[in-house]
Amino acid sequence: MNTAKKTFMASIMAVSFAFSPVFMSGKDAGAQETQYVTIKGSDTMVHLVSAWAEAFMTAHPDVEISVTGGGSGTGFAALLNKTTDICAASRQIKDQELKLASEKNINPKEIVVARDGIAVVVNPANPLNSLSIEQLGKIYTGAYTNWKQVGGPDAEIMVLSRESSSGTYVFFQEHVLKMKDYTPKARLMPATSSIIQTVETDKWAIGYVGLGYAVEAGSKIKALSVSDGGKTVAPSEATVKSGEYSISRPLYLYTNGEPTGAIKRIIDFCLGSEGQKIVRETGYITVSN
Amino acid sequence: MRISGLKENVVRLAFLGTASISIIIVMLIFVFLGKEAFPFMKNPGLSQLLGSRWAPVSFIKEVYGIYPLLTGSLLITILATLISVPIGVCGAVYISEIAGNAEREFFKPFIEILAGIPSVVLGFFGLVTVAPLVKRIFNLPSGLTALTGALLLALMAIPTIITISEDAIRSVPRSFKEASLALGASRLQTTWRVTVPAALSGIIAAIMLGMGRVIGETMAVLMVTGNAAVITMSPFESVRTMTATIAAEMGEVPFGSAHYSALFWIGIILLVVTFALNMVAMRVLKRYRMS
Repeated sequence: MNTAKKTFMASIMAVSFAFSPVFMSGKDAGAQETQYVTIKGSDTMVHLVSAWAEAFMTAHPDVEISVTGGGSGTGFAALLNKTTDICAASRQIKDQELKLASEKNINPKEIVVARDGIAVVVNPANPLNSLSIEQLGKIYTGAYTNWKQVGGPDAEIMVLSRESSSGTYVFFQEHVLKMKDYTPKARLMPATSSIIQTVETDKWAIGYVGLGYAVEAGSKIKALSVSDGGKTVAPSEATVKSGEYSISRPLYLYTNGEPTGAIKRIIDFCLGSEGQKIVRETGYITVSN
Repeated sequence: MRISGLKENVVRLAFLGTASISIIIVMLIFVFLGKEAFPFMKNPGLSQLLGSRWAPVSFIKEVYGIYPLLTGSLLITILATLISVPIGVCGAVYISEIAGNAEREFFKPFIEILAGIPSVVLGFFGLVTVAPLVKRIFNLPSGLTALTGALLLALMAIPTIITISEDAIRSVPRSFKEASLALGASRLQTTWRVTVPAALSGIIAAIMLGMGRVIGETMAVLMVTGNAAVITMSPFESVRTMTATIAAEMGEVPFGSAHYSALFWIGIILLVVTFALNMVAMRVLKRYRMS
């Protein structure tokens, strides 16, 4: 409430002093004052958003951006509580959250800023190179518990998942588990980095991570090809963009109402050629336009 | 005269206020937890908590059975207690009875440092060092097990147990030991047969306070136990504790949903358990101080 009030006051002052509305918590809002913008949400996107923020701040020293993760849900909660200006999300806003937003008089505006493939990763020592969506679903629901059931050696599968607060968890549940429940034996890891760390050290582990993380981890882990109705496709920028690789999703930024001022400048930057170049550099897939 | 009396009263009240702050806060926490947890009793009903499956995010049906979380916390607490009690108590006996002054001055700061290590740092240490070690020693598919969590929690409980036990052992009257030695008992016999039993209630209180620390700890277990919500009593399986569940899920949970109030119920259970442990420990400590 207090922050909202401050932000509101600051915007009014900014409008009267400068020409564009500014979101900040300072008292004097001169045109040259630093403007503060917060971006909060998806852990998957933290990499990307931080890279954007750095590049943007270098080009525009008058804007100060702070980036935090915590999960898409945390980002939406912050947007609804007005504790963040922009919410980064790896899933769409839920109906429940939309309802809450309208109660709180907030109007979430959705902008697709990039695409992400989800790579299924195993230890490099695992002889398997591909799995079908059905096999993955059965591994994650607990129907298969041994690698030999999917044509591998006789060893127990150690299933790794993200925590249920992660947008990736819900996306994977919807598109790979076909809305069934995860096996209770799945180990829920608090962060993508702990999935990579565990897959790297545990020979019979399987996990899923954003394509960007899989690319960055390089040869420490192995990303499996995935077949969905016949064709086996390796996860890569080209296959996600063409839609051939089936476990992929859009990444969003959400703002409260139409973006204005510094927030609009940031979003335009992300969608612009420079921003999309960063998308490619951090291992995500550009939005084709 | 009257003015100074008034002044005294005002000052008195102000100090009373500051002294009561912790009581008020504890009561407010209970009230707040209850308020947020209450809706669960109507929808979907309290009996939903009594189940063997915890699947709060589901497209089919969300279930909020807390048995796996209870057994997870219980297993870890038992294991951590089994590990930390012998180390803590023997350490306390050594420091208070056997070690010389210089040695004691050397040990104590290190114990205090161990008590002060942030749990997230311990968790990180556990993830990169202890988990691979556990995996190698016991030849397991993964090091993310209840045992790994218990080892880290034992590290956190040990300073509590040593400090309070040492205090208890040192306040055993000299006359007890002198009598024992005069009767021809050796130093070792005196320590184990006379001093430690005399300090037993204090040691038990120390253990219970240590357990309170263990059961309420969050970050380290969240990082190293694997967080799979299965019912197991095997130290080599992954478990999900009550604290880790709250910490991991609170960030996402839709405000006011059944999942949200279920997490508050877990909070209430945790609070009641730690409260009970502390109460018992205090009782025991009090009795021992009177005797």
